[in-house]
Amino acid sequence: MWEQIRANRRRAVALITLMGAVLLVIGYTAGELFAHGNGVLGLGLALVIFFVQLGVYYGAAETMLLQGANFVELKREDSPRLFNIVEEMKLASGLEFTPRIYLIDDPAPNAFAMGRKPDDCVVAVTTGLVHRLNRDELEGVIAHEMAHLKNHDVQFMTLAAVMLGSIVILAEIVQRVLWLGGGRRRDRSESRGSGGGQAQLIILAVGLIFLILGPLMAQILYFACSRKREFLADACGAQFTRYPEGLASALEKISAASATTSFASKATAPLFIVNPLYAGGGEPSSVFSSHPSTAERIRILRGMAGSSLTDYETAYHKAAQDTLFSRETLKTSQRGTIRAPSDEGPIETRQDIRAPLYRTRGYLKVKCDCGMEISVPEGYEGDEITCIRCGSVLLLPAASKTHAAAPAPTAAGLPPVIPSLAPPLQYRRAGSGWESFRCSCGRTIQLSPSFAASHIHCDDCGRNIEITS
Amino acid sequence: MTLIALLPIVLIGLIVIVALWLVGVYNGLIRLRNQLENAWAQIDVQLKRRYDLIPNLVETVKGYAKHESGTFERVTQARNMAMSAKTVGDRAEAENVLTGALKSLFAVAEAYPDLKANQNFLRLQEELTSTENKIAFSRQFYNDTVMTFNTRIEVFPVNLVAGMFNFLRREFFEVKGEEQRQAPQVKF
Repeated sequence: MWEQIRANRRRAVALITLMGAVLLVIGYTAGELFAHGNGVLGLGLALVIFFVQLGVYYGAAETMLLQGANFVELKREDSPRLFNIVEEMKLASGLEFTPRIYLIDDPAPNAFAMGRKPDDCVVAVTTGLVHRLNRDELEGVIAHEMAHLKNHDVQFMTLAAVMLGSIVILAEIVQRVLWLGGGRRRDRSESRGSGGGQAQLIILAVGLIFLILGPLMAQILYFACSRKREFLADACGAQFTRYPEGLASALEKISAASATTSFASKATAPLFIVNPLYAGGGEPSSVFSSHPSTAERIRILRGMAGSSLTDYETAYHKAAQDTLFSRETLKTSQRGTIRAPSDEGPIETRQDIRAPLYRTRGYLKVKCDCGMEISVPEGYEGDEITCIRCGSVLLLPAASKTHAAAPAPTAAGLPPVIPSLAPPLQYRRAGSGWESFRCSCGRTIQLSPSFAASHIHCDDCGRNIEITS
Repeated sequence: MTLIALLPIVLIGLIVIVALWLVGVYNGLIRLRNQLENAWAQIDVQLKRRYDLIPNLVETVKGYAKHESGTFERVTQARNMAMSAKTVGDRAEAENVLTGALKSLFAVAEAYPDLKANQNFLRLQEELTSTENKIAFSRQFYNDTVMTFNTRIEVFPVNLVAGMFNFLRREFFEVKGEEQRQAPQVKF
């Protein structure tokens, strides 16, 4: 199957090259116009802008996506069913490493995948998604996200986004300079020889057209790419599950939901399974939409006679009068029968799936002998608590004084979103007995009298805390 | 430069191109074969997981349904047979039998409401269902890879390279007349 992915990559590479060409042409023109006929300088500027943007995107991608999102990394015991679904899809898709799972607290059903390195991928789902879909549908959504990972869509779309960004920035710069200084003609045109003049003019004219239309063209290309990759992920996802109806009915349920995903932005929208900025992914279909219309995606999936890529291609052709896969890819497409549906309902109730999120909110958990696990709420002042099931009184480990650990001043003044990468907190011990304090994520951390190390690690968010006395 | 002088350069160029192509094809075949081995190993892992889970399940059910000894025997026997199967075909058959035995065990469990509420039983049931699914998916991926591999080593001109380096056709992991999904479904 990896061969198929490689084959469609040729098209992807071609598209990227095209965008790159547009960028370089604009750069060259800018150089010709404003740098005394030094087109190469303009090229250099274009490349600098490109690589800077690449660095920024590459470094900040995860942070950007999750900015403002209340999320937690799921452990197996939080939801064994969801974990199993992800593992099953990992086997079906042939991914080398199982992605981690992030659970996001958001009532809008949505999902996305991200991963810079193959061994460090993440599949994120919202709580709204998990408690609405049944097993088959959830499987379909996860398969779609795995398909994105398998097709390296994240890297591809990031590259395309950086290209687009660079083109736009460069065009802006040129526009500004034009506005301010006016295009200065080259003074050295005389010394270049007589026949060169007219050719240079034509090149300049072409360059100007690129300058004006370039950003527009690049945008159209970028969004066309985004839509095609969504169809591709749908097709591959259906093939992994051998059950296209699963994804189809999942999309249907998602489009019936009336909430928008709160933490998404225009920049991060293409990575979600449906457009997060419109309720239920119901954005108007235009040249600038990042996702194809959900109704069309459902129609294609439901029109499939089998579950292979060829079946998807046939259904796609019928619905969109267009081709999706390259001939190369379809040659190696497997015959795919559709399997029977499983009749499992939603895998978690709304309360159960939100439970892992409370882990990070500082509920101290005490286990009673009768088997009951008691969550001591924040701000609980006493030394003991009564078990509501059996009535026995449990001692709390000296949690009466809860200090908050002071955060060390952060570099940018912005709260870092990924705690394990944030600078360490500092806590000063008040004495030598039992002490407890709060991590920045809200979890209460206890220190025993015999605790002698200089660092402690918050179990929930992974933050490092320095202990001083 | 005369044509004759050009000839050795062209010849060398051709040889280089062919050599590069050979290397590319060979590497591709190696990669495919390793993917295949890996896919097979994955199936193995899941099958072993199933074998490990079954004794626990039998014990849990025995605790509530002491008189269903016939079913327990079937499951244990089927498990032993599957664990001792040698060829791919035998293994697939034995696995099919084991799946059937497990289905009847879960059907038996339906009649005992205490058992159905037991946390341990529910956990084991989910794990077994998931393991069955994983076996199905890893088998699916293995078969897909086998098909790709077999096709690749049989088309011309790659089959020449395959023949040279002894890349052999692989067998599918399939059983005649089986359904697509055999996860034991229990309705509550």
